[in-house]
Amino acid sequence: MALASEKGWGRAVVVALPYLWLLALFLAPFLIVFKISLSQDVVAQPPYAPLLDLSAGWQGITDFLSQLSFANYWYVLDFSNEFLQAYGSSLIIAAISTLLLLAAGYPIAYGMARAPRSLQPTLLMLVILPFWTSFLIRVYAWIGILSPEGLLNQALMGLGVIDSPLEILNTDLAVYIGIVYSYLPFMVLPLYSALEKMDMTLLEAAEDLGCPPWKAFWTITFPLSLPGVAAGALLCFIPAVGEFVIPDLLGGSDTLMIGKSLWTEFTVNRSWTVSSAVAVLLLLVLVVPIVIYQNIQQRELEAGR
Amino acid sequence: MRRGLTWFNVSSIALGFAFLYIPILLLVIYSFNDSRLVTVWGGFSTRWYWALLENEQLLDAAWVTLRVAFVSACVATVLGTMAALALTRYGRFFGRTLFSGMIYAPLVMPEVITGLSLLLLFVAVDFDRGFWTVTLAHITFTMCFVAVVVQSRLVTFDTTLVEAALDLGSPPLKTFFTITLPLILPAVISGFMLAFTLSLDDLVIASFTTGPGATTLPMRIYSQVRLGVTPEINAVCTILIAIVTVVVIAASIVTKRAESQRQAEERAAMKG
Repeated sequence: MALASEKGWGRAVVVALPYLWLLALFLAPFLIVFKISLSQDVVAQPPYAPLLDLSAGWQGITDFLSQLSFANYWYVLDFSNEFLQAYGSSLIIAAISTLLLLAAGYPIAYGMARAPRSLQPTLLMLVILPFWTSFLIRVYAWIGILSPEGLLNQALMGLGVIDSPLEILNTDLAVYIGIVYSYLPFMVLPLYSALEKMDMTLLEAAEDLGCPPWKAFWTITFPLSLPGVAAGALLCFIPAVGEFVIPDLLGGSDTLMIGKSLWTEFTVNRSWTVSSAVAVLLLLVLVVPIVIYQNIQQRELEAGR
Repeated sequence: MRRGLTWFNVSSIALGFAFLYIPILLLVIYSFNDSRLVTVWGGFSTRWYWALLENEQLLDAAWVTLRVAFVSACVATVLGTMAALALTRYGRFFGRTLFSGMIYAPLVMPEVITGLSLLLLFVAVDFDRGFWTVTLAHITFTMCFVAVVVQSRLVTFDTTLVEAALDLGSPPLKTFFTITLPLILPAVISGFMLAFTLSLDDLVIASFTTGPGATTLPMRIYSQVRLGVTPEINAVCTILIAIVTVVVIAASIVTKRAESQRQAEERAAMKG
């Protein structure tokens, strides 16, 4: 859809400004992270070595290369330092949360898509509204509900369901609740937009031909909604793997998640080089889902034309 | 999709919305609790709101946050709109794949990675950390959200209007401001609002990139939340929720009205 007549300096500026901005503040930082992950901790400001000394010419470059080390990676990959366990448990927690989100989000999106047309904008608005309110506030709200003297335990004890408070806050269960709660709009919206586009005559045809509703759902509705399922699942899974706030506030001391490990390594142990190595490895783990997600986004936008 | 709701549809919507809203409602209700014990109801009171006015740390943080959010949302809206135009209008250009990758990746990038990498950049170039580093960081990740929102409007945009204007000799810049911008304005405004609230909300990236004197509200709330639930924090959160709710609803009413007015004008133009 290139407009031939719109060429010239204006076009160059429109492309170049955001491009250069992202190169400088998105791509370059990653290269720096990568470089620092191959450096060694030193007691100085900034606390890492080596620095590339271009003024020393060729000598500077060879010095720089000879000082690079993979020690930080070996440290992170050492089983006894619990980073590997944190990667593993982050992936598991994110995967289970994504399945829970799908189970919770699908019926909501399905109901919304079947609702009368006039009602749909309002329903959509109601799903988006909590997403606009602060993430931190929404996670915080659950502390008051899940704590031992919290509202949920009070309600259950008042109803006589349990005798002593349930231990939910500071467990993995609380982390699941927090992730499902915070990411639910991200799951519902792509599912809704996939289901809403569906051709209803297909279902009518199936019904006329005597296909039971549950079978029509699994053979027609669900396969047709797969792009929405994939978009929603990735939109939830990828950030959930690196989640920091939820495991920190709702999880227990034994909840291992890599976002929290990175944060602790950086703020408590103050090792910039090891945290950089953790970040690089996390990025490597996520690069495949991120690329798939981008392709889906791209295709979705091309299809919109 | 076939219309008509079954009991299953209605109950799944109802349960879903209950799940989404009950925690927020409880938080709001307990901000009016007179008791310091957050789980015991001690009668209605607004005293925690009055206490906020004397909490200077919190007010300072709120002021910093609002300034960061405003500046970063303005710049992010301009850059994001440019990026969306580049992606939809300009066909192929050198490094387009890299460009679109850099637009989509920040949407799902774990915040700890973005925050750490930006901090290391600011340290490497010896940039004093504070208000401006947080603002630069926020521009970078929010402009991508603006770009996606504006792009989704631009792909359905009828370019014949722009072509006609250009053929009739209207300069490209003027064409943009008189034709393209008015038509995509609702998307640009929602992009701005999204950037503003994302910046208002951000804890992790701000924590990494901030320096002395630039503590944002989420950082203050976070450091207090770690110590437990307090009625003051409930009150702060309620105020934030109220602001966001009012702004979002107002904006959606305004864009809806603008949309129906535009359609009415189009119909009138067709008849005339």
